[in-house]
Amino acid sequence: MSSYSVTEPSQRQKWFAGILVVGYALITILPLVWIIATSFKSPSDAIAYPPKTFFEPTVEGYVNVFTTRTRLSEEQLQAVGEPQTWYDKLVRKDGLVISGPSRFAERFTNSVIIGFGSTVLCIVLGTAAAYAFSRFKVPLRDDLLFFILSTRMMPPIAVAIPIFLMFRSLGLNDTHAGMILLYTAVNLSLSVWLLKGFIDEIPVEYEEAALIDGYTRFQAFYKVVLPQAATGIASTAIFCLIFAWNEYAFAVLLTSGNAQTAPPFIPTIIGVSGQDWPAVAAGATLFLVPVMVFTILLRKHLLRGITFGAVRK
Amino acid sequence: MAQIRIQNVRKEFGAFTAVRSSSFTIEDGEFFMLLGPSGCGKTTTLRMMAGLELPTSGEIFIDGEEVGMKPASKRDIAFVFQMFALYPHMNVRKNISYPLLSQGLRGEEVKSRVAEVARILKIENILDKPVGGLSGGDRQRVALGRAIVRRPKAFLMDEPLGALDAEFREHMAEELRALHDRMGATTVYVTHDQLEAMQMGDKIVVMNHGVVEQFGKPQQIYDWPATKFVAQFIGSPPMNFLEFEGMIGVGGGLIDLGGIMVKVPTSREGRAGRLTLGVRPEHVTFVSDGAYRGRVSAVEYLGTTQIVTLVTGHGELKARIPSSHRVHEGEQVGLEFDARTLSIFDAETGKVLLSEGNEGVLGHG
Repeated sequence: MSSYSVTEPSQRQKWFAGILVVGYALITILPLVWIIATSFKSPSDAIAYPPKTFFEPTVEGYVNVFTTRTRLSEEQLQAVGEPQTWYDKLVRKDGLVISGPSRFAERFTNSVIIGFGSTVLCIVLGTAAAYAFSRFKVPLRDDLLFFILSTRMMPPIAVAIPIFLMFRSLGLNDTHAGMILLYTAVNLSLSVWLLKGFIDEIPVEYEEAALIDGYTRFQAFYKVVLPQAATGIASTAIFCLIFAWNEYAFAVLLTSGNAQTAPPFIPTIIGVSGQDWPAVAAGATLFLVPVMVFTILLRKHLLRGITFGAVRK
Repeated sequence: MAQIRIQNVRKEFGAFTAVRSSSFTIEDGEFFMLLGPSGCGKTTTLRMMAGLELPTSGEIFIDGEEVGMKPASKRDIAFVFQMFALYPHMNVRKNISYPLLSQGLRGEEVKSRVAEVARILKIENILDKPVGGLSGGDRQRVALGRAIVRRPKAFLMDEPLGALDAEFREHMAEELRALHDRMGATTVYVTHDQLEAMQMGDKIVVMNHGVVEQFGKPQQIYDWPATKFVAQFIGSPPMNFLEFEGMIGVGGGLIDLGGIMVKVPTSREGRAGRLTLGVRPEHVTFVSDGAYRGRVSAVEYLGTTQIVTLVTGHGELKARIPSSHRVHEGEQVGLEFDARTLSIFDAETGKVLLSEGNEGVLGHG
């Protein structure tokens, strides 16, 4: 008879769990892998049937996503002369010349400004509100908290038309400030509630100790509470950033030129010069990088954050 | 160091009154115990001294200055929390030096003050460790270090030994008391453990339901309790209460306990009706020919002494007698009470009647 543990999973359970995890990982990672692979294919490889798993990698997609190109006739090409740079050479193979930069870099910058801007604002306002709700006797506290939560109860897009009209009359249409404001408003309820949970877990004695030690309430807040809440702030920031970064519907509706973010821009690559899938894939791949870097930087906090408070130490 | 004076302090939390009209004075350099059961208002009183709660009414004087409405950071006192509340993101050295930084001290001064405190508390070897991995005793020492490093006007401690193991608590209590004697700092210490209060305190305030029941030296409180609550809260086992109908006049020295006359300290107050005779267990002696008798119902052996539970005509009574005295369950024994140590309480109000014995302690009040 073999001994067995009540809490330790058995060998079979471990195998089952392992297969489940690996299977799930494959399902979620495969599209990503495909996008990244496509971004390195040539346009003809990208639409080849049956799909090509092995192909000759090229950075044409990346060049295409950053540039606009023009097709020239033989005489014109000769007039332009030999291609100078590596990317000139790359497009010249197809008889094209680079006529200028595309708007991708600009849209990408917009995404960074709006995504990180709204995240910072969300965290600053959310932490302050969560601290107040957690520590002070705010009149109608529970009602206010419910109101804040209730803003999350319908999909934000349900109020798209009122917001569109409001933005138009306020002159916020297609501005960075407008988009930052909008994403902050949508995310703030999440940030207040998440952060309140984290701050509730920090014993009030730490602040009291700081008050006794001669610090003001505000000093106690940023010297003692904030470092303790770092975990919560990091995970909340990731959630806020992911939403603002990926948001598509409002971005399509409210931005067109000046403040357009990358999500509505990337699909417009199709059609400018045919169905340039590698360029789309390259845009999408690049678009993934900031969130990935941000998440990896805060990974340690995030993992602790998700399970925080689950077990009392 | 400073004297702390509490005057008519009252604290309400909404409809709940945590502290009603408390007044007492803590003299400079005293080790002062705030004692009472949980929810009696002792911690609230301490927190009002610290400035962590503001009194609803009344005044608090520290060093002659009224501080009732001042923020904690302006009162120059140190507070030791039950859970220590060491800053978890700082190591031991930073924790201890943190109060100094708020005073604007820097560099060498901070270093030497921290080193001095570390030497006093014998924690030099853990100064650079994070506080997370410390043992309970070391955490306690670091918390004390953070308190004493700034040389405050007073130390306020909220059950600082409550989070420690029983065996370690005793050791730490001794250390604390020794530290206090060495520094001579005014210390206010909250506890619900009467033994701890008796063992460490110069003076004790006993609180119950937000009211100060009695205030005095440990022995005075033990010997001459002002109320039945104090008599029962202090001492283990507590004071015995023998309920009886009777009377005692001013200058009277005898009571009629079920037909048996019992000598008591000469009374300074007259009262008739339902009264309670209070007897400490160690003031009961067994005599073969005593008129007042009881039947032994249980015996607890405690080493040099034993606690004998007796059933008498006025209820259960516990006696503490030497273990050498052999008693058996069911045995009938004669009892005698040490006449100089007895207290008589008014059973209705729970207040003690003034007598020759307690007038020196309870005086005018």
